[in-house]
Parts: sequence; structure tokens; C-alpha cells
Amino acid sequence: MKSFERRIFPYLMLLPTLVIFGLFLFYPAAFGFWISFNKWDGLNPMKFVGLDNFTALFQDSDFLLSFRNTMIFTVLSVPGILISSLALALMLTRRVHFSNFFRAAFYWPTMISTIIVGLIWRFMLGEDFGIVNYVITSRGGQAVKWLTNPTAAMGVVIFVTIWSMAGYYMVMFVAGLNSISETYYEASKIDGSSFWQQFWYITLPLLKPTILLVLVLSTVTVIKTYPLVYALTQGGPAGETTFMVQKIQETGFEENQMGYACAMTAVLFVVLAVLTLLQFRMTRGGEQDVD
Amino acid sequence: MSTEIGKNKISRAVLYLVLIVLTFIFVFPVIWIIGSSFKDTGELFAWPPTLFGNHPTFDNYVTAFSQGDFSIYFFNTVFTSVVATILTIIINVMAGYVFAKYRFKGSKVLFGITLATLMVPLEVIMVPIFKVIVATNLYNSLWGLIIPAAASPTAVFLVRQYYIGIPDAYMEAARIDGASEFMIFNRIMLPLAKPVISVLCIFSFMWRWNDFLWPKLVINNENLYTIQLALANFSGEFNVDWTSLLSMSAISMIPVIIVFVALQKYIIGGMTIGGVKE
Repeated sequence: MKSFERRIFPYLMLLPTLVIFGLFLFYPAAFGFWISFNKWDGLNPMKFVGLDNFTALFQDSDFLLSFRNTMIFTVLSVPGILISSLALALMLTRRVHFSNFFRAAFYWPTMISTIIVGLIWRFMLGEDFGIVNYVITSRGGQAVKWLTNPTAAMGVVIFVTIWSMAGYYMVMFVAGLNSISETYYEASKIDGSSFWQQFWYITLPLLKPTILLVLVLSTVTVIKTYPLVYALTQGGPAGETTFMVQKIQETGFEENQMGYACAMTAVLFVVLAVLTLLQFRMTRGGEQDVD
Repeated sequence: MSTEIGKNKISRAVLYLVLIVLTFIFVFPVIWIIGSSFKDTGELFAWPPTLFGNHPTFDNYVTAFSQGDFSIYFFNTVFTSVVATILTIIINVMAGYVFAKYRFKGSKVLFGITLATLMVPLEVIMVPIFKVIVATNLYNSLWGLIIPAAASPTAVFLVRQYYIGIPDAYMEAARIDGASEFMIFNRIMLPLAKPVISVLCIFSFMWRWNDFLWPKLVINNENLYTIQLALANFSGEFNVDWTSLLSMSAISMIPVIIVFVALQKYIIGGMTIGGVKE
């Protein structure tokens, strides 16, 4: 028979965490779901409008543009992150001198705040004052409109995203690569296989769990991109680098269309929830650490 | 045989060359920013550009601290990060410990609920949480940055994992000696968690220090800006004042640099906490 104290103790210990989750997570989530079926400016009483917000959503060219931008951005930057972080890890696990130094150098940008990452590159890529255009023009090239040309701006946002995230996933890949037994490689070497053969037939198949995890984690992070573009392009030029989170923020807080913003949020939630469930399955419901 | 060694040497040389170029790409932008923060307005945009300017000066830093409101933003950020980290550690270690060491009614459900919070990132509840923040009097208050984000599912998992690895025998022995449950936690189990607590401290501090979205939602009063919020808002102005932006950015990177240097061996050892970086 457990004492009263021992039975009540766990609940007391959990109380602060659960209260915060309830008040600042589950309640707003449920409330947001309800708001999405209403017309609401945040001040006057809500007006129930059923599915109107959702039907309007799919005819709203601004929202569809931000949705399209988010998808293009995600589809291009996630493989970029995956390939570059894997490539960095592969290079560093090849018995390189100073490998600790290189690893630190590649990891470093992941620790800088996203806002500063955005500012750094905005300063580097300034059209008529940036060092990059200086180097280009001093070699006789044409100054590039990095942040005002739609295609270039999207390219810059993708590049900077990869720059700031590759090191993080590199560390995961290094751990994954180190866990592959050396004997596979030794055996294949005796059989005379090349580096690429080893990569295709040993490394990639055995690295599959890490690859899938990096894929999901980076997708979830990339879809939510907002601070980076806030500092780098402000979503411009002409909304070409405006992604969903920024659109939701502007609709909710600048245009005061709370109901409509919540409907947009529901779309984002569905996308993220599917991905997060995938992540749970891969990490066996948190039993195994996310890394 | 000798050709193979020759080929090998060439491929190693190429590998090092690639690594050096990549290091440049990853490190140079940060060095460029720090260097430029020592230039005055004239030199900042001078062509040809130089790394630290011809007359490096601390003026930008002095101006940022004395004239601008940078010292206020700095204080707000330090206060928020330190207090939030302490609170985060306390409540999440408590929760993670209980999930690892106690069996009680509803423990599975409650753990499931904690897991489920991962599916509701802040981005998804921005609009309704704003209403909650206002209703709880946390709008335009630094506590609004500290309290709502203190409970972290990732931290709970991490602590739980850690405690699962610690034998129950410690607790049993203390119980026989008549220690209360709280005493067991406070005197025995908490000190044992030092490694995981230090990891959490660092990540929690970094996350708060660098965070943008919470301050963006909660703070509107300029006297309560954090550094990141100030940087973001000033960079959106029509005439961007690069000299002060650069010195502010450089200062706000100092704790990051310290943590980075101190933590290098862990990073190199392959330490990551999924999801803690927001």
C-alpha cells in the first residue's frame, strides 16, 4: 500500500508543466479551431460563418501565392539541406586532419539567431554596397539584384536556409555514419568496390533511418520559416518570398481578420501534424531520442 | 600500386581544398559582419571594402550603449533568458523525473498529452494565444515571454530518458530511511541530474536569447524589446542604420560564441537535441 504522499506527489510535480500546456497550448489550439469558423476582428463579438473562411481561402490569390511559395521553398530547400549535410558528414568521417575544426566551422551558423542570419546575408548581398556584388563587379561582372529580383530572392532564401541549417543535420549524419560497422567497408574493399559503390550499397541503405528523420525534421522546420525572411527580404519582392506563417501573422494582426487567419492556420496544422506523426513513428513515440 | 597512391594523394588534396572553401563560406560572413561593426558610416560602404576598415573604432558600440536604447534591450534579453532558463529547468526536470520514476493513474495519458504538444508549435496557435496572453495580463510584459514557453516537451523527454538510466535503488534506500518523496527528489535525484541539466541550461538559454516569434507576439512596447525583436524591427525601417544594427548583432553573438567555444567537444561528440533549436 503506497502512502498518500507517494500517490499525490507525482501529480504535484507535473502540475506546473501541465497547467502551462493546458493554458498556453491546448486551450488556444481548441479556441483557434473554433475561431476558424467565425468572422472575428478580435474586438467585436464573433459571428459564426461555418465553412466560409475555408471556401474563401481557396479563392484568395494572396494566400494561394504564399502557399505556393512555401511549397516551392520547402521542396527545393529540404533536398538541399539533406544533400549538403550528408556531404559534409561524409567528408568529415574520412579520417581528415583538423576534422574537429571543420566540424565546428560548419556547425557554427546553426547557433546564430535566425534574425541575425538574415541580416548578415542582407548586408553581404546588398545590391550596391554588398561585398558579394563588389567582388562580382570588380571582376567585370554585372551587379546582381539578389533581393529584388523574384527568382534571385527565392534562391537567396533557399541558400541561406541551407547555410544556416546544414551543420545541425551534419551532426546527426556523423553520428549515423559512425554507427555503421567498419567491417562492411573492409569486406567490400577486399572485393574491390569503389567509393561510390560503397556509398550506394552500404552507406545509403544503412543510413536510411537517419535520412528519413532528417527529412521530416527539416521539412517541419522549413515550412515554418518566418523570422529569416522577415530580416532578409520582408517577404518581397512583391510577396514572392512570403510564406504561410508570415501570411497568417499579417492577416491576423495587421488586417485583424482573426477567423480567416485561423482558417489558414488549420491548413498549416494539417501539413505539420502529418509530418510530426511520421516523426513519432520513426522515433517510436519519443521512446528513442529524436537524435 | 604507385599510381594508386598518387591518385589517392590527389583525391585527398581535392578533399582538403573543398573543405577549406566550405569553411570560408560558413565562417567568412560572420567575420565580415564583426569586422564591419568597427567601421564608421563612411567606411562601411567604402569601395574597395576592407575587413576592419582603415581606422577601426569602437564608436558604434559606444553609441549603441549610450545613445540608443540598446542597454535596455540588452537587459530585457538577459533577464528573460536567465529567468526563463531557470524556470524551464525547474518545471521540466520535475515532470521528466516523475514520468521516469513513478507509476500513477493516468501517467500514460499525461505522457501522451506531453508528446502531443509537439504537434502544436507556436506558429499554429499564434492568433488564439494572443488572446490568452492579453486575458492573462501577460501582454507587453517580459513574463509573457518567460512563462508560456517554459514547459517544453523536448526537455521533459530528455530528462525522462536520463532518469530511466538511473537505478531505483537510490530511492528505495532513502524510503527505508524514512525520507519524504520530495526529499528524495531534492537531495538525491536532482543532484544526480547535473549532466542533463547543464545541457538543458545551454539549449534553453540559447533558444530564449535567439528567439523572435514569442517577443514578436507578446511585446509591442519598445522599452520591453529584446535584442532580436529590436534588430528585426529596425531592419524593417526604410533607412536601415547599418552601423548600429551591426554592432548590436555582434554583441548579441557574444554569448553564442562563448557557449560555442565551451561546448565544442560536445558538438564534436555528436550532441544534438532535436527540436530545441526553434
